[in-house]
Amino acid sequence: MINFDNVTKVYPNQNRPSLQHCNVAVEKGEFVFLVGPSGSGKSTFLRLILKEERPTQGHVYVAGKDLNKLTNWKVPHLRRRIGCVFQDFRLLPNKNVFENVAFALEVIGKPRRFISKVVPEVIDLVGLEGKQQRMPDELSGGEQQRVAIARAFVNRPMILLADEPTGNIDPATSIGIMKVLDRINRTGTTVVMATHDAAIVDAFRKRVVELEDGRVVRDQSRGVYGQAY
Amino acid sequence: MRLHFVFQEIWIGLRRNLTMTISLIITVAIAMALFGTGMLLKRQVDSSKSYWYDKVNVSIYLCSKNSSNTGCAKKDATEQQRQELTATLQDLPEVSAVEYESKEDAYERFQTLFSNTPGFIAATKEGDIPDSLRVRLKDPSKFTTVISAAENSPGVDQIVNERELLEKLFKILDGLQWAALFLALIQVFAAVLLVGNTVRLSAFNRRRETGIMRLVGASNMYIQLPFILEGAIAGLAGGLIAAVLLVGSKLLLIDTLQESLQFATQLTWTQVIGVIIFSIAVGVLLCAGASFLTLRRYLKI
Repeated sequence: MINFDNVTKVYPNQNRPSLQHCNVAVEKGEFVFLVGPSGSGKSTFLRLILKEERPTQGHVYVAGKDLNKLTNWKVPHLRRRIGCVFQDFRLLPNKNVFENVAFALEVIGKPRRFISKVVPEVIDLVGLEGKQQRMPDELSGGEQQRVAIARAFVNRPMILLADEPTGNIDPATSIGIMKVLDRINRTGTTVVMATHDAAIVDAFRKRVVELEDGRVVRDQSRGVYGQAY
Repeated sequence: MRLHFVFQEIWIGLRRNLTMTISLIITVAIAMALFGTGMLLKRQVDSSKSYWYDKVNVSIYLCSKNSSNTGCAKKDATEQQRQELTATLQDLPEVSAVEYESKEDAYERFQTLFSNTPGFIAATKEGDIPDSLRVRLKDPSKFTTVISAAENSPGVDQIVNERELLEKLFKILDGLQWAALFLALIQVFAAVLLVGNTVRLSAFNRRRETGIMRLVGASNMYIQLPFILEGAIAGLAGGLIAAVLLVGSKLLLIDTLQESLQFATQLTWTQVIGVIIFSIAVGVLLCAGASFLTLRRYLKI
């Protein structure tokens, strides 16, 4: 589903590469934790999958397609098949829960009838039944992140990328968020989650890819956070 | 494509940048009004030019008793002098016709021309206006040969090339037209800069929305269209105000000029409407184009 083939990324005006010679393959339906200290290249890894950045060297394949060969006007179609969740939620403050989720479908031109059918289903899936009309500032951090997950998942992407989704949320609530991501993973969606949260990684026992200074230093199935030896 | 959604976004964008939008509309309106006025003047001048240039003559005034020219020696030109001069002129290849206007004819024409000011007519009696030869040329620009041929002939008082008089007038009108177009150009420049600023503000205000749109895979057109249409709508509003101003300039400027200068041809409303439509189209395209170009700087795709 996602394949990094000897990928090196050096940002302009920087000497140190953010990723060097990365080889990672993620199968369809997998759940992968991407761990490592700040600046180890986790975000760059995710940005390369979205083609927000191009590799300096090597190839990134998503669903069998080489992103280097993907023309710019086809990038939106790639992104429609990838959902994204961030640490800072990125909700629109002037839209309510329903509208925030519907926005993702509106801007790719889905018909209104489809939207009014699909959006409530996804809102229920992330556990926000009955909160469709709430505004983001009336919700707790955990609930806001659920809205963001609903928005990322509403178009049924094949991949869900999560960049520190529990970074702004207390541990107890984080478990709830993880359960939602797990539920999404069980529908067959590949999930890649970058995180610092050792407790979560240890509790869930999924595949762990650890980055350090842009290198893959560990790739372990059913791994824990800090056991690199 | 969901039009409702796009228009909602445009409306939000325009409202958020209200002051910027207003200044953009005003600038576009003034630019297009000046541009259109320049074009209207040009059309008026062009059509009058050809009409008048066909009619103008070189007038050769003959000596009369009250002429101040010493060559005339306070005497009327003789019949013989006049006929000789007429013959010489008619032999010139550049000349197509020579007409004689007697003192009586000249006085009659004077009376009709100044019928509005009886004081003028009362102060002038028949014989005060000299008789003249009116020379029509095949090519109005070849007047020098006629002048040199007639200049030193006996009985000639004054030679007036009417084309030169007209050219002075047209030069002023040309200047007016170029001044309008030049000011329009400056305003267009200001409008382009304003569009750039408006788009930058708009892009900044909507950075959350556009960021999410990019992430969920909205097409570039979907992301850019609200910005471009925002520019186009401001351009259209400016163009419509310019249309009103142009109707005003037709009624107040061109028609007044026409009355006082006796333009032979009148600018038709069809021509005015043509100019208005052209100005509006230029305004819309200008703003849409400028926002499309600045968008590439401020909106990452």
